[in-house]
This record gives sequence, structure tokens and C-alpha cells, in this order.
Amino acid sequence: MNVHGTRPGAGAHVLEVSAISKSYAGKAAVEGISLNVSAGEIVGLLGPNGAGKTTTINMILGVLQPDAGSVRIAGADLGSRRAEALSQVNFQAAYAPLPGNLTVRQNLAFFGRLYLVGDLHRRVQTLLSAFSLESLADTRCGLLSSGEQARAALAKALLNRPRLLLLDEPTASLDPATADDLRRLIRNLAMTERCAVVWTSHNMNEVEQVCDRVLLLARGRVLLEGDPRLLPGQHGASSLEALFIKIARQPLGEGNPA
Amino acid sequence: MNLRRSGAIVLRQVALMRSSPTRVVPLVAWVAVDIVLWGFITRYLSALGSRGPDFTLTLLGAVLLWDFFGRIMQGVTTAFFEDVWSRNFLNLFASPITVDEYLAGLVASSVLTSMVSLVVMLALARVAFGLSLLTFGLPAAAFLGVLFLFGIALGIFASAVVLRLGPASEWLVWPIPALLSPFAAVFYPLHVLPDWMQVVALALPPAYVFEGLRAIASGRGVDGDSLLLGALLALTQIGLAAAFFSRIFRGAVRSGLLARYSAESVA
Repeated sequence: MNVHGTRPGAGAHVLEVSAISKSYAGKAAVEGISLNVSAGEIVGLLGPNGAGKTTTINMILGVLQPDAGSVRIAGADLGSRRAEALSQVNFQAAYAPLPGNLTVRQNLAFFGRLYLVGDLHRRVQTLLSAFSLESLADTRCGLLSSGEQARAALAKALLNRPRLLLLDEPTASLDPATADDLRRLIRNLAMTERCAVVWTSHNMNEVEQVCDRVLLLARGRVLLEGDPRLLPGQHGASSLEALFIKIARQPLGEGNPA
Repeated sequence: MNLRRSGAIVLRQVALMRSSPTRVVPLVAWVAVDIVLWGFITRYLSALGSRGPDFTLTLLGAVLLWDFFGRIMQGVTTAFFEDVWSRNFLNLFASPITVDEYLAGLVASSVLTSMVSLVVMLALARVAFGLSLLTFGLPAAAFLGVLFLFGIALGIFASAVVLRLGPASEWLVWPIPALLSPFAAVFYPLHVLPDWMQVVALALPPAYVFEGLRAIASGRGVDGDSLLLGALLALTQIGLAAAFFSRIFRGAVRSGLLARYSAESVA
């Protein structure tokens, strides 16, 4: 895969999340999460189901308003400069497939126009090629397999050469070879284009392989933060997966597993 | 406001229609059925007596214009429903598109689809029943414009209702033109309505349009005040509908409805 772009390196913090909180019907889904992601950095957002990962991502994407706190993307406050902030972001998530009634090419053209992508035709061709979607370009997305849909959604996520890329379990429906290609592509993207990446996954091996830093979430709060290769040792666990399980099974009210 | 983003909504609609005849057929099928049905009714009524109003102009003309109004409203809501049906809100509203750009895209899509319907309606009415809106002269275009504006306002309002209440509330939207037609004095003069219905009618721009067109048809000339009032009313209602949509949208972002929008997530 090759999606080499032309963007030069970016500034320090591409994403600045300050103490965001969200409650539903009085029940806290996210409580005071803060998170900074630098240009070229890949940060893993880990946690058991219901930990607040997707709620956090939705708040960063501007489709969910925090009850408190703020989100800044490439220096633009999401609350007051929404369009400017969102033009620097893109995302892929299994629960947000591309519209099934449009072909892959039509979808990429549609979203490319929304993101005001220049030289759109060439950009679409580049991404179709990078994700091996040329033969499926004129197939409606609703007819694609889940793996093909994931690749199409990833192509859409890179259309605008985002400075911040949010990937919610991007390899969940990919075969091992394609998943490996994707991991290398994202690492390459972070390194060469200085793209900041937030990556959620339940695959701990993948997280160790891809992420520079991880945040372990539980019950809407950040419990641990650090290098995924060092964290288990620092907290008396044999592996990141063992640490994850320990946190997931921790009774309510306990703050730190260490 | 960036019109390229609004244009994306229009081009998406064009792509969908090109690839799906089932989206094109409703643009012309129902209006054709109405024209044929009412064409024969007016022909029969005209044959009953030589004196009286020109039924072709007053009845068939009214049907044609009312259908046009319905197509405009549905043009807006159908373009909106494409995002509902394909569960596209997350991808769409996580992009930089603003509510204003989105609404402008829906309106432009409606212009496109309703023009297709209008051309078919005019051609069919002319060829099959000899009705020409040119009989009304240039003011007909202005009255048509007022109907167009009101259709836009209702389309935006209906989309906001579905955004708030969920996809299952679609059925609330489709009958809106039929519910309004008794008040809008489409087929009869305003004065035949009871007082309370006349009060409601005065808030509806179509009432001014159809009264104005009847005045032209009966040789009383163009009522410029009615035309202006109808246009101002329709423009105000577009503003109110857009503000209503924006308010519902902000509420959906606040409550999390937008991120979880599906048939199951809203009551």
C-alpha cells in the first residue's frame, strides 16, 4: 500500500482534549478525560466494552457535544470553529460504513467534495489503488464484504490527508495479511506525513506493534497511560493483555490497578 | 458557506438517480396519474354546461401547481432521507459540512428533481388536455416561485421532524401536502371556508397563490399585494424552518442522538 502525500510536518499537539465529560440520563459515560496527541504519534485508546472509547471518539469528531471540557484540533476549537477543525480530521469505524447505495468511487468522490479535496479524480485513483479497490470501484458499497467495506472506509478516511486520523478497530474485519498491510501503512503515514493517529483495538498484540503510547480506559476514566511495551511490567502484569483483563475485571470504584 | 460542499449533496443525488430508476419513476408517475385523472374530470365538467368557470384552467391548473408544490417538498425530504436510509449521519456530520451547506444542498437537489416533474407535468397537461400555464401570463411564474419557496420551507421543517423523531416518523411527513390542501384553497375560493379555516389559510402562502391565479383566470388582473405577501410569508417560513432544523441538529449533537441515529435509537 502506498498513499504518499505531499503534506510537510505539522506542529506539536494536533489533538488537545481537555477534561471532557459526558453523561447520559445522569450516568457518566466519560469523566474528565484529557488527551494530547502529537504530530506523527500513534496513541491507542484501550478499554473494555462501555469504557467510553467510542463516546470519546464521537466527541472528538464533533457529533457529540461534551457536557464539559474542550477539544482542539490543529489549534482550532471544535466548539467555535467546527468546520475548520473537522477539515483536519477523518475517521474510520466499523459502525459507520460508507453509504451502501453509492459505489466505492461515488462515495470517495462525494466525501472528497465535502472535504474540499483538490485534484479529486487523481486522489480517488491513488486511494483505490492503495487499498486494492480498483476492481471494486464501480460496485455499490452495500454489496461489498465486511473486509472490502473496511478498506473502502479507510480510503475515505485518508481522502483529505488528515492531520488527525481516528481509527476505531480498523483491522477488526480484515484478514491477517491486509491487517498487517494496514498497520504498516498507518505507521508509514504517521512517520512520513506526521499524521497524528488515535487507534482503538481489542487486539493487544496489534496495539503493542503499532502504538507509541496507550491510554487504558475504564468506566469513562483514564486509569493508565504509557508505553504499551513498558506498562505491563510497571503494573505487575505479564503482558498488555493480562493488564487489560485485570483492569476490565476491576470492581467499580477502584482507581489504579498498580 | 462553501457551495462545493452543497454541490456534493446535489451530485450525490444525481448519481443515485442515474443508477436507480426506482428513484426517477416517482418523480413523474404520480403527477402523470393526477394530470390524467383530473384532466378527464375537468373535461367532463366542462361538457356539462357551456357557462361557468374554465374548469381546465381552475381545476387542472390547480392540480398541476399543487403537485408541483408536493414535489418540491418531497425533493428536499427525499434527499435528506438518503442519509437516513443509508445511516450516513456519522460520516456526513463528522465532515466539515455545516448545517447551512447541507440544507442548501438539499434545496438544490429539490430544484433539480422538481424541475423534472414540472416539465413532465406541463408537457402532459398541454398535449393531453390543452392546458397551458402561459394563459396566466408572466405572473404565473412569480406565483409558481412562491409555491416553490413554501415547498422548500415545509421540506426543511419535515426533515427536522424526522431528525428529531427518527426514521419511523417518515409517515408523518408524506401526508403534509394533503393535510394542508383544504386550508390552502387550492380548488375553491378562500371565502367558502369557515372563518377559522380562513385564519389558518392566511398563514399559508399557497392560499395567496391560488387566490391570485383565480383572479387572473377570471380577468380581475394580478393582485400584486397577494403575491408580495405570499412571497414574504414563504421566505419567513424558510428562515424559521432552517432555524428549527439547526436547533434540532444542535440538540441531536448534545443528546448523542446524531451519533446513534437509527430506527432503534429514537422513539
